Amino acid sequence: MVSKASSEPSPAARVSSFVLLAIFVMLVVAIMALFLSYGAYVSGNYDVAAALIIIGFIGVAASSYVLFQTRQRLIRLRIETPPITTTIECRKCGFKTVREFQRGDYIFKEVDVCQKCNEKMLITAIYREVREKGRKPFPF
Amino acid sequence: MNIALMFTVLYSQLFDFPGWDIFSQVLMYAIYIFIFISLFYGQRLQFHIWLKEVEGSLYKLKYIRDEGRRIAIEAIREIGKPQTDPTPRVDRFLEYFTITPQSLDPAGIVWKLEHILDVRDARFKDEVKLLAPSADETQVNNLENTLEAAMALNYIYKVIRHYFLLGKKTLSLYIIMQIQMILPLVMREAEAYASALKAFAYGQPIGDGVGALVAAKLMHGYPVRKVPKDCVVATVPIEGRTAYVIKAEGPGGNVGKPGDAIKTIIEENEGKIATIIMIDAALKLEGEEVGEVAEGVGAAIGGPGVDQFKIEETILKYRIPINAVIIKEDIGDAVSPMRREIFEAADKAIERIKQLILEKTKEGDKIIICGVGNTIGIAQ
Repeated sequence: MVSKASSEPSPAARVSSFVLLAIFVMLVVAIMALFLSYGAYVSGNYDVAAALIIIGFIGVAASSYVLFQTRQRLIRLRIETPPITTTIECRKCGFKTVREFQRGDYIFKEVDVCQKCNEKMLITAIYREVREKGRKPFPF
Repeated sequence: MNIALMFTVLYSQLFDFPGWDIFSQVLMYAIYIFIFISLFYGQRLQFHIWLKEVEGSLYKLKYIRDEGRRIAIEAIREIGKPQTDPTPRVDRFLEYFTITPQSLDPAGIVWKLEHILDVRDARFKDEVKLLAPSADETQVNNLENTLEAAMALNYIYKVIRHYFLLGKKTLSLYIIMQIQMILPLVMREAEAYASALKAFAYGQPIGDGVGALVAAKLMHGYPVRKVPKDCVVATVPIEGRTAYVIKAEGPGGNVGKPGDAIKTIIEENEGKIATIIMIDAALKLEGEEVGEVAEGVGAAIGGPGVDQFKIEETILKYRIPINAVIIKEDIGDAVSPMRREIFEAADKAIERIKQLILEKTKEGDKIIICGVGNTIGIAQ
């Protein structure tokens, strides 16, 4: 069996409908406050307009943040399975092939016959590649 | 001055700022309320924030634990083809525990510990054979490792849950605070075990096996024989010396007992060994590169200490110098599928070993090279 490169979402990762409803209500109220602030501004009530615009922006920011955090939790709740590569090499002519890891592979296992010289080929490497996310190196 | 007047003056000084509009007044009230809440309920608020953080991580730990159990059961069903449902037996296995020997009188504790660990290993192996009757020896070892990783995840989840519930029940800020502080390290370890699960189930080489990989590369192509316990040895000519290269028997998940193997080889040669070189994976410090090779002296072997004790006893008896070559990696890399940097470090370690042999021994000498670590996915 080929090792799976992706992983399934977890059942525990579901967000409760109450939290979603609360976020939604907060967002609606915040947007309403923004509309009302525009109305207050047009009617010359600048103090109320300022208060409502601040409330509106804080509401939109807070609900977006909570939504973002919930999404982050969903992403984090997965067991990452990185792709593993198997290198097969012919010891006689040096012909090399690289493929995805298959269950039953192990280092120094004799596998297929070489396409070039008909000799038995050997698994010489099994490893995973890790791509470091663009982090700045520390100066020390 | 009457009290009503006093209050009026105080109120106007605190809240009625000349020229302030209604919005500023509201903001002022809000700031006062915030200060009041922070003063009297700050600690309680902090407690609830930490409690929520721990709860969030506990959800994640529960998910990882459940996934571990699921992967283990699936692997047993797929490989072992049991006649009955293995789930209840797996659940029982996950709750197994080992009681370490009493250390009030520490004399002879190593042998007691070894005995307990032997009993534990035999029990685990028997249990896995019952769970997976169709599995061969290699698969039994891999399944045993998978179940051990699932067991570790179960234990981590239960301990964190215990302290979470205890803190919640007693409303103790200090219990929750301690858990919250060590949580990043605990989560790192749990995530490492989670990635180890699939590696064990599929039989992929892991970072901890780099010592075994070095030994395998040295002994490949030479005849091997078995030595106690669960180890293999090959006699390899290196730079005009005779090297006894030892590793755990692969490709199944196995660490063997390198202590016994080294003792056997030394006694076979009546102590006439010029030097011992041990190769193992070692935990790196933050800031160090993965796959960095370092050299030193001493018995490079982890675990409960039984094998290290045996090696030290034997080399002391025959006064044999011991050298160590380590390959650095973090806990996550040690139990997850081997990284390319670690794999490539094996060749660098072999170069170091050859250099060490040339510097510390002379032609015709006999030496022991022992690759320590879990040999899953690495044959010989």
